[in-house]
Amino acid sequence: MKAAPFEYISAGSIDEACALLARHGESAKLIAGGQSLVPMMAMRLVRPAWLVDINEIAALKFIRVERDAARVGACTRQCVVERDDALAAQVPLLRQALAWVGHVQTRNRGTIGGSLAHADPAAELPLAAQVLGARFVLRSAKGARTVEAIRFFAGPMSTAAQPDECLEEIHWPIWSEQRTGSAFTEIAVRHGDFAIVAAAAQVALDVDGRCTRVAFGLGGAGGTPLVFPGIAARLVGAGLDDRAAQEAANAAAAECEPGGDLHATAEYRRHLARVLVARVLRAAGEKAKRQ
Amino acid sequence: MSETLHTVAIEVNGKPRIGAVPARLSLVDWLREELLLTGTHIGCEHGICGACSVLLDGEPVRSCLMYAVQAHGHRVTTVEGLARPDGSLSVLQDSFCETHGLQCGYCTSGMLIAAQALLDANPDPTVEQIRGAIGGNLCRCTGYQQIIQAVQLAAQRTREAAAS
Repeated sequence: MKAAPFEYISAGSIDEACALLARHGESAKLIAGGQSLVPMMAMRLVRPAWLVDINEIAALKFIRVERDAARVGACTRQCVVERDDALAAQVPLLRQALAWVGHVQTRNRGTIGGSLAHADPAAELPLAAQVLGARFVLRSAKGARTVEAIRFFAGPMSTAAQPDECLEEIHWPIWSEQRTGSAFTEIAVRHGDFAIVAAAAQVALDVDGRCTRVAFGLGGAGGTPLVFPGIAARLVGAGLDDRAAQEAANAAAAECEPGGDLHATAEYRRHLARVLVARVLRAAGEKAKRQ
Repeated sequence: MSETLHTVAIEVNGKPRIGAVPARLSLVDWLREELLLTGTHIGCEHGICGACSVLLDGEPVRSCLMYAVQAHGHRVTTVEGLARPDGSLSVLQDSFCETHGLQCGYCTSGMLIAAQALLDANPDPTVEQIRGAIGGNLCRCTGYQQIIQAVQLAAQRTREAAAS
């Protein structure tokens, strides 16, 4: 046994989970797939007095593709999301991001909501959520509220969720434009590790190949996944050629303030930002052209 | 201090097992120390090495990254559950021997679990798919090539047996 002792309750419903959080406050922690939390508890970086397990709550496991957004229950396993063709057709960036997340064994257990709530700034799913402007439904005993991605990711491993709130579902916006393409790439020490730097983009083109909508972002280049709406807006109205993609990438790299650590210097991360943003913008544009 | 014990009912390798576990006992510790199923190995204990892989409801997971109490009501298959009912090696296990897919053996139980899950879902995997399936399992002896060959050989043998 590695973790410090704790009391364990498997919640039978969302209401029960919220009631437990309301009662125990900051001394309680939710556990979903546990692929980040269990190691952190083993290293005693996290020592909750109460562990509230939400794995058996069927109401938190669903995928519903609606007109404007795909709704995914927070406790839906990453492998289930990865395999869902209807979802991948409407929100292709999600499957593209998941291809970089961990390994088969961790995706079988890890959940969509767990990764987002963990909010590692170099993780893939938070970046995809940030780029698409996902919306997060947070529930507490007092009711539910919806938070935009840009407000949800508050800092490294830190979100807008209060100690009494449970992430219930995530709404992934569907772009209705016919000619839409997206791309995700990253550089990591080993495939499956958190990224040193990751980049994601989604692009919509009109019939003449001019951008009508662009969103892109970077992971591992700041305290949260970063998006660059101002730079993306400047790409709208023109074709997405190599030069435009590189200029946008240079602007984004200049704007971000990556840190340096054991794995990569800040300078190297900024270099990767320049290279990877240009790469995903071009790839997303190419895919959109083929639609 | 005394810790709360939770009663768990878990199907392990086809047999119902009952346990009384503290919440912080990992599934792998319960399998090894209570059930004495020591075929599942403990490597890194934080989800990096894959040595502790078991099937949970048929899907490979890391048994160091869940607590035994969380497996209550679920089905677990360990490497001991892969052998034939008479105790002889499965096609996959024999293929590992045939191709020298193991040396020290520490990663082998996890590799077998990961590869068996792949073959159950996909009887004719590509090398790329095999690499993807065992990508979460570290081996420090073989350089992985013979492990990939073992999975290919097992797939081939299983297909041939089905065809004849």
